[in-house]
Amino acid sequence: MTLSDQEAEPLSNASLEEIIEVMPEPDEGDLELVAGAEPKARSQFQLVVRRFLRHRAAVFSTVLFVILLFMCFGATWVAPFARNKQDLLADIAGPSRHHLFGVDQLGRDYFTEVLYAGQVSLKIGIAVGLLSTIVGFAAGAIAGYFGKSIDNLLMRFTDLFLVIPAIAVLAVALKYFGYTDVTIILVLAGLAWMGVARVVRSQVLSLREKEFVEAARASGASSWRIITRHILPNMLGPIMVNATLGIAGAIVTEATLSFLGFGVQPPKTSWGKMLSDAEGQVGGKHAFLLYFPGLMLLIVVLCVNFLGDGLRDAFDPQAKH
Amino acid sequence: MIKFIARRVLFSIPVLVISSFIVFWGIRKTFDPTAKYRTSKDAARLIAEKRKEFGLDKPIVVQWWNWATKFVRGDWGVSTSTNGKVTDMVSRALGFTVQLIFWGVVISLVIAVVSGVYSAVRQYSVADVAFTGLSYLGVAMPPFWFALLAIQFLSVEPKLHWHLAHPIVYFVGLHSTGQSGFNLDYIRHLALPVLTLTVQTVAVWSRFQRAAMLDVLSADYIRTARAKGLPRRKVIFKHALRNALLPLVSQTAVDAGALFGGLIITESIFSIPGMGRLFLAGLLAGDVNVILAWMLVGAVFVILFNLLADVVYGFLDPRIRVT
Amino acid sequence: MSDQPLLEVTDLSVDFPTDDGVVHAVDRVSYSLGENETLGIVGESGSGKSVTSLAILGLLPKRAKITGSVKFRGRELIGLKDSEMRPLRGRNIAMVFQDALTSLNPVFRVGDQIAESITAHRDLPRHELKARVIELLELVGIPNPVERAGQYPHEYSGGMRQRAMIAMTIANEPDVLIADEPTTALDVTIQAQVLEVMERVKQRTRSAIVLITHDLGVIAGVADRVLVMYAGRQVELGTADEIFYQPHHPYTEGLLASLPRLDRRSGSERLHRIKGQPPSLLALPPGCAFNPRCPHAKHGKCDGPRPELISIGRSGHLSACLRAEEIYAAEQVTV
Repeated sequence: MTLSDQEAEPLSNASLEEIIEVMPEPDEGDLELVAGAEPKARSQFQLVVRRFLRHRAAVFSTVLFVILLFMCFGATWVAPFARNKQDLLADIAGPSRHHLFGVDQLGRDYFTEVLYAGQVSLKIGIAVGLLSTIVGFAAGAIAGYFGKSIDNLLMRFTDLFLVIPAIAVLAVALKYFGYTDVTIILVLAGLAWMGVARVVRSQVLSLREKEFVEAARASGASSWRIITRHILPNMLGPIMVNATLGIAGAIVTEATLSFLGFGVQPPKTSWGKMLSDAEGQVGGKHAFLLYFPGLMLLIVVLCVNFLGDGLRDAFDPQAKH
Repeated sequence: MIKFIARRVLFSIPVLVISSFIVFWGIRKTFDPTAKYRTSKDAARLIAEKRKEFGLDKPIVVQWWNWATKFVRGDWGVSTSTNGKVTDMVSRALGFTVQLIFWGVVISLVIAVVSGVYSAVRQYSVADVAFTGLSYLGVAMPPFWFALLAIQFLSVEPKLHWHLAHPIVYFVGLHSTGQSGFNLDYIRHLALPVLTLTVQTVAVWSRFQRAAMLDVLSADYIRTARAKGLPRRKVIFKHALRNALLPLVSQTAVDAGALFGGLIITESIFSIPGMGRLFLAGLLAGDVNVILAWMLVGAVFVILFNLLADVVYGFLDPRIRVT
Repeated sequence: MSDQPLLEVTDLSVDFPTDDGVVHAVDRVSYSLGENETLGIVGESGSGKSVTSLAILGLLPKRAKITGSVKFRGRELIGLKDSEMRPLRGRNIAMVFQDALTSLNPVFRVGDQIAESITAHRDLPRHELKARVIELLELVGIPNPVERAGQYPHEYSGGMRQRAMIAMTIANEPDVLIADEPTTALDVTIQAQVLEVMERVKQRTRSAIVLITHDLGVIAGVADRVLVMYAGRQVELGTADEIFYQPHHPYTEGLLASLPRLDRRSGSERLHRIKGQPPSLLALPPGCAFNPRCPHAKHGKCDGPRPELISIGRSGHLSACLRAEEIYAAEQVTV
């Protein structure tokens, strides 16, 4: 259902693009064409919000994501059972009306466990997404704006990590720093910022050459002012899109590491850790233990990806996917 | 061309040197290969002896230098956990890995190109919407979970349901005992691991191919080709496809590292004794020689893959052909 | 002109549905083209010149709604299937596009791309094909045609690419050659050379030419008749002399006045510029689309019902100005 919704929207975008293409307008994009029809001036922000709301899959995903966030972080109130409450008399059992996701090997309500594990997965994912975006943006902007030597250094540094598979670096680093939430966040962000920096750098490099930046520089604006007043606002779209993609990536990476045993350690759980614990059930009678944590991962990542798509379309309707 | 390749290889050498040092240092700091002797009787003497044997008493740079000079001469050292020669371990593991990567890349490319081109040419058709939906799922799917589900639903459940003697597709190793070579048994073993390895690449690449093809189809030169009176087939498969393959070629090179890393998951779930498993075992034991060998083999793989992509790109696009 | 025109366009309209309403890219355009005639179509960007031609060749995206009629030698082209249209493209009606850099496929040799437009319509033995390609390159004035045929578009200069483009389109000696801004992307000197090549081609192939441009200067020495378009509509149609010396529409007049001219005393007059911007095709002003920018616009008349084309003087000269006779009556006498 969400897919057809998602598909309906770009259709109308594409049509306008194609017309613009066959009728070259001197120096006006489609925005002006639309603005001509509706002369009422709208702020950039309102336009972005309006375009985002038209992307139904993104709106639906955002709502779902927020609900999941509330359920996980409000688990104390939402969860039907107390955390880690072992009912040794209750046998391992599949989903029922009483236990939505079933009961695990220790007689715990699996739904409750999934909600609490989600706290860790989501916390790490969101923190890594935000942290890597901030650091990556700063590094990318500096490299792109101040040029040559810093730029070279950053690019060589990121080249380094293009050769070494990320998962190996993460596993070694976590083994070294330990497996607390904070170290996991720092280590994941420590690798993820480089991708952001590359994107930001190339954006800044092209923005730097734009007329309005040249004009600001010619009129004597300081570098700080140019970055904060002229470059940053234009980067807002790519930054937000990157942050959402970063969150999705970090959630999967954490899950993968935890699954392999290099992430969250007991007694803490995350969705990846739960899957690791349930791995032995594959092919057995209790395979349902594998379904729910994975399903949560899939849903969250899908939501965040759609959210990112919506943001990208809202900020930059011309961009091709 | 040769000059160009040589330059690329030369450029990657410093990267390899530095990254190997960082990993060497990281592992030495993290793992103590003498830890297992701590509980033995004559612990102090044994540890001191082993420290000398492994060269741990020297500064880290010297240790690394010793390792590096031996490594380039073909002496990759001995595993600290199994005492086996690392070169032997790697050459045994590499065979499995090459098979997985080869089939993974071939199948990903075929599916991505076919579905991507179809989706673009028949934009918003039922099949396009279905492919797009699947690709969204594929991108978001954690590969290890996908593997577990695939085992459950494609192998175990059908076997139970139809009371088969053997599952349709296996999930352990690449051959049944006593079998070898390219045969049905091989395909039945290969299916799930390759599916797992490629679930994300197929999704990403087919979206990439669709976007590239859509982009190219609206290009001026496609309009020219149509205006010449060329048949639709020729416009799509000659004029558009050749141009639309270019971004995909670049993307495959970018994803080479991810594919190699993805082997860790795939091989560990499907019990295939390739490089990924070698790495996992090495990491759990803090086996520095094994990990470094794995890393450098991976790096060489990434570089080779990139070179191949460059060559293919140059073949497809005369504009960047290097003389 | 013979009885049956080569190409007859009647009430051709092209609409694009968009999110924000329907764009009338072309609105009831009619013209006819005789054998070996050159018709100039003039108008600003977005006036529907290119869309008109793309509609004739059936090259518009599927969602474009095309109505009206286009007859080639009496045969209706609108509504033909792509497979029925294909044999006509490039053989009977060929088109030169504006930007030769993006209009040539970057990954194929220029010679092969020219050869392809021949083989799309008939089979030729290899050596004859090769000879024909070289002959074509020679005809459009490309030096070292043998060597050049084996090169890629990026190895050509801008002017040469446009010549190659022309060579490609005349390969089958088409009856109608539509040239969409063939010189816009080029230097002035190269522009003249390309126009000269087109003239030579016309002599040689007896093709009729539709020359689309925003620049009246380009058309001046070349066109037999001129069609002026504004906001997707036809505003004036007449012989080149009529359009240049007795324009009967304020928009044509404005275009003429904005041409730099040598006979104007230097310094005494600044270059004229039509005030305002072309309107959005989504929200055309009522009545005459040009009325908000028109110096002669009269409230209550020009913003009333949409003006139809009316005949001016001799048959064939048409203008869509409601006040044409009022405004131009005086001049009519003096000229």
